[in-house]
Amino acid sequence: MSQFDGAGEQPAILVEGLTKSFGEVRALRGVDLSVPRGTVLGVLGPNGAGKTTAVRILTTLLLPDGGRAVVEGHDVVREAAAVRRSIGLAGQSAAIQEELTGRENLEIIGRLYHLRRPQARSRAAELLEQFGLSDAADRTAKTYSGGMQRRLDLAASLVGRPRVLFLDEPTTGLDPRARLGMWDIIRSLVAGGTTLLLTTQYLDEADELANEIAVIDHGLVIAAGTSEELKNRIGGDVIEFTVPDRGQVASAVAAIKPIGEGEPHADPETGVVGVGVGSRGSDALIEVVRALDAAAIASHGLALRRPSLDDVFLTLTGHAAEDEQPNGRRRRSRDRRGADDTGRGGPEGQSPRDKTAKAAS
Amino acid sequence: MTAITGSAWAPGLGYRIRWGVSDTLTLTKRSLLVWFRVPAYIFFSVIQPVIFVLLFRFVFGGAIPVDVPGGYVNYLMPGIIAQTAAFATFGTAIVLAQELKKGTIDRLKSMPIARSAVLTGRLTADTIRMFVTILIIVAVGYAVGFRFLNGFGPAVAMVVLATVFGVAIACISAFTGLAIGDEEAVQSFGLIWLFPLTFVSSAFVPIATMPGWLQAFASHNPVTLVVNAMRAMALGGPLEPTLWPNLWRSVIWLAGIFIVFLPLAVRAYRRAT
Repeated sequence: MSQFDGAGEQPAILVEGLTKSFGEVRALRGVDLSVPRGTVLGVLGPNGAGKTTAVRILTTLLLPDGGRAVVEGHDVVREAAAVRRSIGLAGQSAAIQEELTGRENLEIIGRLYHLRRPQARSRAAELLEQFGLSDAADRTAKTYSGGMQRRLDLAASLVGRPRVLFLDEPTTGLDPRARLGMWDIIRSLVAGGTTLLLTTQYLDEADELANEIAVIDHGLVIAAGTSEELKNRIGGDVIEFTVPDRGQVASAVAAIKPIGEGEPHADPETGVVGVGVGSRGSDALIEVVRALDAAAIASHGLALRRPSLDDVFLTLTGHAAEDEQPNGRRRRSRDRRGADDTGRGGPEGQSPRDKTAKAAS
Repeated sequence: MTAITGSAWAPGLGYRIRWGVSDTLTLTKRSLLVWFRVPAYIFFSVIQPVIFVLLFRFVFGGAIPVDVPGGYVNYLMPGIIAQTAAFATFGTAIVLAQELKKGTIDRLKSMPIARSAVLTGRLTADTIRMFVTILIIVAVGYAVGFRFLNGFGPAVAMVVLATVFGVAIACISAFTGLAIGDEEAVQSFGLIWLFPLTFVSSAFVPIATMPGWLQAFASHNPVTLVVNAMRAMALGGPLEPTLWPNLWRSVIWLAGIFIVFLPLAVRAYRRAT
């Protein structure tokens, strides 16, 4: 599946036919993944898709029912201790003890990684510097903003200089500015050669950070490849426009239907109408303008664009990335994507981890 | 799972014990730092037993006739101290439930640290916390008229017995905290078993005043046995003959609690992910 592992080098993460059930719930139904060294895999999927279960197995917290997973050449079941020495795990500020200062938090983690006291101290100082937390180093973590806590948490996962880093929804619940800050930090880590597996429910995050993306839904990898490859799979460009008069949305869909390659999709709430037009981009654009004009439908924001991962998800799964229901054809509007509307907790990011599957066990 | 780990790199037993102890102490320090950092935590661990001391010493005490040297305050204090030790384990259960829910335990488990250290570190820190609280309550007792009448050695033995009892109860609490995994549910559940266990005993009143059916429970309650032994250690004199019968039964009870609940807590910890 990977275009990077042609050199015959063993990938940093290799997953084959991984299965895991919690009682009746089949959280993973045969997942295959391969992450070459030094690259970023974005594991993308809605809540409950199985992302967190996969990460928990790869980080030795959960035993798989079947299949195998190898991290840095070590089997996660038979060589769990060796795996734990090669990895770092960060996500939702779980490693942070809020009553302690940023420095104390990192020094204690350093001691747990069996650094000597002076080494633990200098490693903590180094990471605080790297993550822009030096000024706040001696304040208790309770006083940190959500973004600072995530950065501290990420720093904590790097104390042991892991070769493979797992980031489980690193920006869920963060405000847009803090998300951009995390992205910068994650990019700098990858530039330093760390292999990264990143789970996210945000399409733009995967698009932005990952070399390759695995789209996971209901415990299966339903598509994998680069962002470009995935976008090509839905067959070319998309024309999208907004109908200000919501009452005309249906007639707009009817008017452009003959032009599109596939079925047009429309959101009756936002008035956004879109249709795939294959490679006939410019011609189709003119036809759409004419069709709307002929039907006397006012529109704005008419544009021809490359498909987004939203479109990919919609095409692959029949439901939008952030919808839980397979029959939910309704797309959420773009600007809401940055908000944490998944019920996974507020800005502190302290809500329990993805326990959808666990709760059912 | 432990049986099949580490085939690639199997460190010796000495190495594992050394790092097990080191990791435990690091996590103990982490917990104690939190306790010292937030004065409210110390205040609230001490305030409840102090209220009980004052309440029973000055409000109820006058109406409770007892036959021990020094009167009710001397009867009361060993009971309060045992209860303090037991109630201190609320914290054990609640913090473990919180850490489980927040994912802290997961994070620690994903690091190359001794598998046991999260639990042993928590229990060690809570034991130190409990011990300090007991010493404070002894001092408060002294301020309201309590006296050790049996010398220094037995007084120390009493504090040690109270602490060992507290650690046994902490194993039960750790198990409930990890098995239930929800802070509020854990708190309510703690009230349900710890209140009857400590009150339906000889901790506050002689059990002879209870109705027969309740006496049957109270006289076999490990709290009664532990408190009776503590009282005999603290006061000596006429209570001297009651020491051994209560002490050996206490030891059997406590050993039983450790044997049953320590493995249960360890199992709940292993499963708790």
